[in-house]
Amino acid sequence: MTPEEEDIIRARQKSRSLVTGLLLGFFVILFFAITLAKIGTSDTL
Amino acid sequence: MTTATMTSTPITAHWRDFLALTKPRVMTLVVFTGLCGLLAAPGSIHPVLAFTAILCIALGAGAAASLNQWYEADIDAKMKRTANRPLPAGRMDRQSALHFGVGLSFFSVILMGMATNWLAATVLAVSILFYVFVYTIWLKPRTAQNIVIGGAAGAFPPVIGWAAVTGDITALPVALFMLIFFWTPPHFWALALFVKTDYAAAGIPMLPVVSGEVVTRRQIWFYTAIMAVAAMAPVLLRLTGPIYGTVALLGTALFAVFAFQVYRRRESDQTRMQPERRLFKYSILYLFLLFGAVVVDRWVMA
Repeated sequence: MTPEEEDIIRARQKSRSLVTGLLLGFFVILFFAITLAKIGTSDTL
Repeated sequence: MTTATMTSTPITAHWRDFLALTKPRVMTLVVFTGLCGLLAAPGSIHPVLAFTAILCIALGAGAAASLNQWYEADIDAKMKRTANRPLPAGRMDRQSALHFGVGLSFFSVILMGMATNWLAATVLAVSILFYVFVYTIWLKPRTAQNIVIGGAAGAFPPVIGWAAVTGDITALPVALFMLIFFWTPPHFWALALFVKTDYAAAGIPMLPVVSGEVVTRRQIWFYTAIMAVAAMAPVLLRLTGPIYGTVALLGTALFAVFAFQVYRRRESDQTRMQPERRLFKYSILYLFLLFGAVVVDRWVMA
């Protein structure tokens, strides 16, 4: 593997990590919101 | 950006290639019809749960598209239209696409079940399995009627959206299912008429390739007639009111005019397929119009 190829792969790994992190953050917030929505509706049952 | 060199190290795919694997453009129609099913359903659902339900439908559709491309990578490589997808272009290895697709399938179904109910989750699971196993693996390479039965996979979203709210499946979601189901053949075969050479090169038994264009044009007209019945069924069964009735009547009449023009033509020159292209483009608008009308109608009637 040439240094140029390695640079490309490192850059991709970095961008993939960033996107994965953002998605995880999004789902943490979504799951929290789902929990609140579920608790909110449970007292009417 | 070409790094598809033959090295022993696995390909590190760009995240955009994972996004491309989910076919975001196909997803728009799936998300829209799913949303309409959800909005047309009686009763209420918490906005967060409604958002999650639609997200799960989108993720499920993306998972099915990924698995479809994992299975068809060698076929996609032979068609101009699909040769630049992540797998045939060599930007991603097949194992990654498989893991991504399976992971996304489980995630979307489990999230749907936990956020809404397990009926919606079950129908979502069935639609993914149907698209991958019945359509992609079983029917598509074997029969020219592949997209007729396979179209059922694309007809599930409004049923899922409805079930997410009500927890049941009644006549209206079934009617919406039927509408998409019988809409798929004229929609897809219009496309197949003007991209025929591509499917022939890949050895996919698309109707124009196997039975010829005259048969395809006749079949487009035949399924348009059944689709028209399905489109008017919600009005005739009094499930929707005059707003949907008017839109469906006018929209379907125009669809029939375009389909009839395609049926009567005898043209095999790929560059002179304007009526076929027009039918294809209009068919997409048609579905948006009718589903939008269902929602407006149900809201006005409620």
